Amino acid sequence: MKIFVTVKRVPDPETVIKIASDGSNIVPDNVKWVINPFDEIAIEEALRVKEKVTGTEVVLVSIGLKAAQEQLRTGLAMGADRAILVLSEEALEPLAVARVVHKLAETEKPDLIIMGKQAIDDDSNCVGQMLAELRQWPQATFASKLELAADQKSARVTREVDGGLETLAIPLPAVVTADLRLNEPRYASLPGIMKARKKEMKEIPVADLGIDVTPRLKILKLETPPKRTGGRKVRSVQELVQVLHSEAKVI
Amino acid sequence: MGNVLVVAEHLHGKFPKTTLVSVAAGKQAASLAGGKCIAAVLGQGIDALASELAEYGVDVVAVDGAPFAHYLADAYTAAIAEIARQKDVETVIAAATAVGKDLLPRVAARLGAGMASDVTAIVDAKTFKRPMYAGNAIATVELQGTPRVVSVRVTAFDAAAKDTQKGAVEKLAIAPDPAHNRMQFVDFAETKSDRPVLTEARIVCSGGRGLKNGENFKIYLEPLCDALGAAMGASRAAVDAGFVPNDLQVGQTGKVVAPQLYIAVGISGAIQHLAGMKDSKVIVAINKDEEAPIFQIADYGLVADLFKAVPELTEEVKKLKSA
Repeated sequence: MKIFVTVKRVPDPETVIKIASDGSNIVPDNVKWVINPFDEIAIEEALRVKEKVTGTEVVLVSIGLKAAQEQLRTGLAMGADRAILVLSEEALEPLAVARVVHKLAETEKPDLIIMGKQAIDDDSNCVGQMLAELRQWPQATFASKLELAADQKSARVTREVDGGLETLAIPLPAVVTADLRLNEPRYASLPGIMKARKKEMKEIPVADLGIDVTPRLKILKLETPPKRTGGRKVRSVQELVQVLHSEAKVI
Repeated sequence: MGNVLVVAEHLHGKFPKTTLVSVAAGKQAASLAGGKCIAAVLGQGIDALASELAEYGVDVVAVDGAPFAHYLADAYTAAIAEIARQKDVETVIAAATAVGKDLLPRVAARLGAGMASDVTAIVDAKTFKRPMYAGNAIATVELQGTPRVVSVRVTAFDAAAKDTQKGAVEKLAIAPDPAHNRMQFVDFAETKSDRPVLTEARIVCSGGRGLKNGENFKIYLEPLCDALGAAMGASRAAVDAGFVPNDLQVGQTGKVVAPQLYIAVGISGAIQHLAGMKDSKVIVAINKDEEAPIFQIADYGLVADLFKAVPELTEEVKKLKSA
């Protein structure tokens, strides 16, 4: 089977984000860029399917600047087979991203698309669901367990929902988005890194896909949220209970 | 016209607070746009729910039938999009719960609409505020063209109260589209707990890696939660380490909470955790490392060994309650 995995280049989650003085964007200096952590989990899950189902091909897809090659190479080093980078100078909004992947899927015909549940930069949590609708496929978001049927025609997916775990049965092809507990992603091995250099990475300018990427979601400005300042230290549990009761009046 | 459609989620024959929050946000959006607020309720045997929903002063569209007995993204998307078309809806709103997050982007794609997720403020009919970069930036965004789709962060709005004016209830029959009924509900393993729901609790006590293992959540944190009548939460680090299930995770990639009192036990205060709780009214941190970043935002900090401090705190709270 063929699996698509989407990969987004995002600032490292530990990076302290600074906003440009005109509020137009973040300051990119001194930012360490990584694979979106949920996408790493998605790659890992695809690789686990590949290890079980002979003949599986894992294709990574990224959209953005040429610099995203770095993250795609990392994914190839983890064990993916090839990569497609759709080049766009402009940051695309979720619906446009979903349309790009939809377009690629029309020609590549993957049986399964695994994505991270959200990118940790814009925190939208949208593309997987949008893509599923565009393709008229079932979706299983926030997955913590993926079990493919022996014939790979369907899957059972356990989802992390409010108040518990939900299990869905879905026919393939489908879109699955990865939550935290789906797996623990592997690190790229040295031989993996060597092999990745020779793996195919196709670049396609977004304009060549002939799709509508007109923005419908315009960011007018970014602001730093109001800072919460710390209060004070208390010396004992007794003092803590006393201030919570008589000063803060919350217990 | 500026009509707003709110998707009213329900569980066990009730509307959780998150739904009432989405109704309040919907009414606010409708008044800013000069339109009507309509609420959609989907399910099986939902007459009572539909009638109750109308008491919040919104017109209700009820879609009742077996294909809607359980929430499923494909069937619900088709139905919500159909209602949006029939009712001349400009903005579709739902709470950013697990269901809202799963459903709304799919609805947006079906309608070809721009979408803003996890909105914390409605500025006008087309302008919204939403956090990005784990809450380190607040973006003001404009959704261009109509329709628009918006999920709202449940801690950012008050819940709707019942209205003196009851809305009308309309039953709408929606024929299931076979192409949109391919997902099958198998099972819901509900986490059973007598404690309040994390996102609705007045007090939340969360544990981090400092608790060292899952057993210690039971031995130390649970009694404190029970003494306070609090919900239990956890940091991502504690979830990653396998101490507790992910549905307890407080943070940008977990649940966002804003209780009256938030007690962080053995949590260092990673950026992504702070994003999930920094709007709490009062924050208490208990940590043995006095350099822990959590102390920079805590109203009251206690530098102490949690294995001593937490049982003491539990006892003190019990004493206070029985006094």
